[in-house]
Amino acid sequence: MFSYYVRLALASMKRTPVLSALMILALGLGIGAFMTTFTVYYLMSGDPIPHKSGVLYAVQLDNWDPNEPPTESAKDVQPQLTYRDGQNLMNADTPAKRQAQMYATNVVVVPEGDDPPFDESVRATYQTFFDMFDVPFLYGQPWTDLDDEGHASVAILGREMNDQLFNGENSVGRSIRLDDNYFEIVGVIDDWQPMPRFYHSDWSRAFADAEQIFIPFSRAVDGPMGPSGNTNCWKPMDDSLPAIEGFLQSECVWTQFWAELETPEQAAAYKDYLDNYVREQKEIGRFERPLNTFISNVPEWMEVMEVVRNDNRVLTRLSFLFFLVCVLNTVGLLMAKFLGKGGEVALRRAMGASRGAVFSQNLVEVGLIGLLGGLVGTVLAWLGLRAVENLYRGYQHLVQLDPVMLATAVCLATLAAIIAGLYPVWRVSQLPPAGLLKTQ
Amino acid sequence: MLKMSNISKVYRTELVETHALRELDLHVEEGEFVAVTGPSGSGKTTFLNIAGLLESPSSGVYELDGEDVSQRNDKHRSRVRNEKIGFIFQSFNLIPDLSLADNVDVPLRYRGWSGQKRRKVIGEMLDLVGLGSRKDYLPSQLSGGQQQRVAIARALAGKPRFLLADEPTGNLDSEMASVVMNLLESINDEGTTIVMVTHDPDLAHRASRNIHILDGRASDLGSTGPANVTPLPERGVARV
Ligand SMILES: Nc1ncnc2c1ncn2[C@@H]1O[C@H](COP(=O)(O)OP(=O)(O)O)[C@@H](O)[C@H]1O
Ligand SMILES: [Mg+2]
Repeated sequence: MFSYYVRLALASMKRTPVLSALMILALGLGIGAFMTTFTVYYLMSGDPIPHKSGVLYAVQLDNWDPNEPPTESAKDVQPQLTYRDGQNLMNADTPAKRQAQMYATNVVVVPEGDDPPFDESVRATYQTFFDMFDVPFLYGQPWTDLDDEGHASVAILGREMNDQLFNGENSVGRSIRLDDNYFEIVGVIDDWQPMPRFYHSDWSRAFADAEQIFIPFSRAVDGPMGPSGNTNCWKPMDDSLPAIEGFLQSECVWTQFWAELETPEQAAAYKDYLDNYVREQKEIGRFERPLNTFISNVPEWMEVMEVVRNDNRVLTRLSFLFFLVCVLNTVGLLMAKFLGKGGEVALRRAMGASRGAVFSQNLVEVGLIGLLGGLVGTVLAWLGLRAVENLYRGYQHLVQLDPVMLATAVCLATLAAIIAGLYPVWRVSQLPPAGLLKTQ
Repeated sequence: MLKMSNISKVYRTELVETHALRELDLHVEEGEFVAVTGPSGSGKTTFLNIAGLLESPSSGVYELDGEDVSQRNDKHRSRVRNEKIGFIFQSFNLIPDLSLADNVDVPLRYRGWSGQKRRKVIGEMLDLVGLGSRKDYLPSQLSGGQQQRVAIARALAGKPRFLLADEPTGNLDSEMASVVMNLLESINDEGTTIVMVTHDPDLAHRASRNIHILDGRASDLGSTGPANVTPLPERGVARV
């Protein structure tokens, strides 16, 4: 019977093409708008490193201008550390299992052969970064402690970069030219794209690609390779020092700092350690504001950084309301459409169709409209996400409508149509079978 | 075959109560061809609807093949309609966007027959009404008489023993009406019981028995001959 009902549904839709198209479009628009905003929301609010997000902590120390308003939460404190504080923590024996200070910088990559040079973003960090964040290696391994201490000219490439420069071959032991210096490749990492990119997540960068080149922090500072991310300062630098030294010793914040703390006790001990560190620094005249240190694990940090922006939440809610309006509208259109079905229903009832059979037949039609609405909605959602991609730079990875999302969209539309259709379909099935004869 | 005792049907609307049938008693034997006449608004269609299980009487007992069907549930009544009863309407009522074959197929689908059996029956039925070569036509491509013949093929497809026709020739010219009437007569000859509502005295004469309904009550005019039938003036009754 099902295939018969599908055939009848198609014939019925052909009979009222405008009405059917309107219903499909209404559902499609509703689904499309909702899926677009929801996909963005869903990807923004995803856990970038689920198995470890509870033990990785971003560190904040409140070294800011004493004249600024008081600190009430982590959101009021700079999300980055000064070079000095990060270095002090890296060199100390803290309770953390691992720590990594890091920053982003820009280089010009000069390929071998005839390919033209190009700009590339580089992450300068410590070898602990790779184990701490469970970065998967394709070839080689992280550089060593000694490389960090020795300011070694070593590099780790991302898979894409390795594909581009070395055709995907094992490039460990070969070298890459960054600006005017050669770096020996010690490892190639596999596809690794935490989403959002939690470890450096000012909102304009939270959805940017992970870097494709990593080098030791100490080597980058030697460069000197300046930071390409935000650098915030509240106090003039010391003029008596050479420019670079002045910058490094300044109260300017420009490095990100992460610690791996495996247990709550370890986290508490680390927090105490930070508090003591700030107290010591106060004695030498720094940290003029009241004592404020914060450690935030990944989910907490995504909140602090407002990675899921409030306007996106509002938009998702609004588009869900819009979707409901579309569904309601579809109910109206279905009522209008089914009003015209009295004749056929009465005829089928007279020929032996039970109420149940009429109900099923029309439910199949409604389901089909929903299915088509879902497909239209998916296409619209795809276009919508393309538009989001073009509107906001750094959102490239949001645009991937994965199969789960696709299936969800189509199921949601079909379900919505069926729910919208239940009442009209029920009404149709209750139409009196005697309708036909009586109108004569 | 059909036995109605004390059947009444009352339609209640906010303003009026219409007694469409009043304590109607009537029976039809297997194999009869009964013509039902009566002025407009006298309750003929209501009678036919109750006979065809499309409506339930307000009171009284209706037995079909010895079974009291008036109070059975929708599913059972639908099955009885499907298996035992065929309907022919004045205005053909073919589904416009289905082919002739698909129109004839409608009652067969609810019977649950296999595709093979359905195709065979559809072919036979359309052959019977002389439209076997046009099974893929749409109803709009046929004349009124041809459409009514398709409707008859549809009514007969499920091999019902009981055929109900509400003014089947009302929308046809006399030539077409006669073709349709011949068809009904031959069906009756094969054993199908027919109850036909008609305004046309000539057609009524061709039935084996005439029943006249007036103000919701039936009177049996017995087997027919021209002398038995007095054409009654149409009463102008406002429909509620
Ligand atoms: N569904 C209905 N609701 C209210 N009144 C009805 C309904 N169907 C029929 N009637 C009334 O019942 C009476 C008999 O109608 P009907 O059986 O159609 O007569 P006929 O077919 O003989 O012209 C008429 O007065 C008609 O107005
Ligand atoms: Mg009538």
